[in-house]
Amino acid sequence: MGSAKAGTDHHIHQRVSAIALIFLVPWFLFSVIRASQAGFAGAQSWVAQPWNAILLILTFGAAFYHMRLGMQVVIEDYIHKSGMKGALLIMNTFACVILFAVTALSVLNIWISAGA
Amino acid sequence: MSSGDRTDPRPLSPHLQVWRFHLTMHASIMHRITGSALYFGSALIAAWIFALTLSPQADGDAPSFFWLIEMVITSIPGQIILVLWAAAVLFHLANGIRHLLWDGPRIGFDPKTASTWSAFNFLFAVFGAIGLWAAASFI
Repeated sequence: MGSAKAGTDHHIHQRVSAIALIFLVPWFLFSVIRASQAGFAGAQSWVAQPWNAILLILTFGAAFYHMRLGMQVVIEDYIHKSGMKGALLIMNTFACVILFAVTALSVLNIWISAGA
Repeated sequence: MSSGDRTDPRPLSPHLQVWRFHLTMHASIMHRITGSALYFGSALIAAWIFALTLSPQADGDAPSFFWLIEMVITSIPGQIILVLWAAAVLFHLANGIRHLLWDGPRIGFDPKTASTWSAFNFLFAVFGAIGLWAAASFI
């Protein structure tokens, strides 16, 4: 577990997801602030637009992957007890996968329900 | 064992408090702090997106999860948190681009450029977040 022999891959994946986020994040920030002020129906109809839904899922994929890699390094830097470190690394992966599932499936749900 | 005399003469690794404060150090620390904060903040975004899948509250219903989230996010404290969140994202973004330029084309290493760039990242985060919020609110 951790970076044994996988450090280069980790480094590259962290940067590739970062490059994707350079393009996605400015759009995401502006849109989220705007949609947050639009109330329930406004925010829902924003998510239901196909391009918004697609970009949202891409943003969540890149962001949660990037988060998992980043938090892994933080845990490896500060937690030295191997049991605790292992447990936190597993929880980190679970948390990011759960967050991706919840957000991506929510976006799909809103998109599909709006089309029905 | 008395704590006053050190029997082991090996040098200790220099730690945070022996460094003179400088901007690049602050930017580096803030990169990790904003990254960690955004990790936990993302749960709020996820809660908001999830809440959007629920039905709006009908009159007379018990307060729903969506109602709670909407009330928080549209309140003044909620909008302030949103601007702070945007500032954290923008700082991490600007400083992250710098990391990519360090790693890829290897530019921006000389001390003057590095310090200037660190200062720029902080200003970009604060004014960028306020600007984005104003643009999203009033355009």
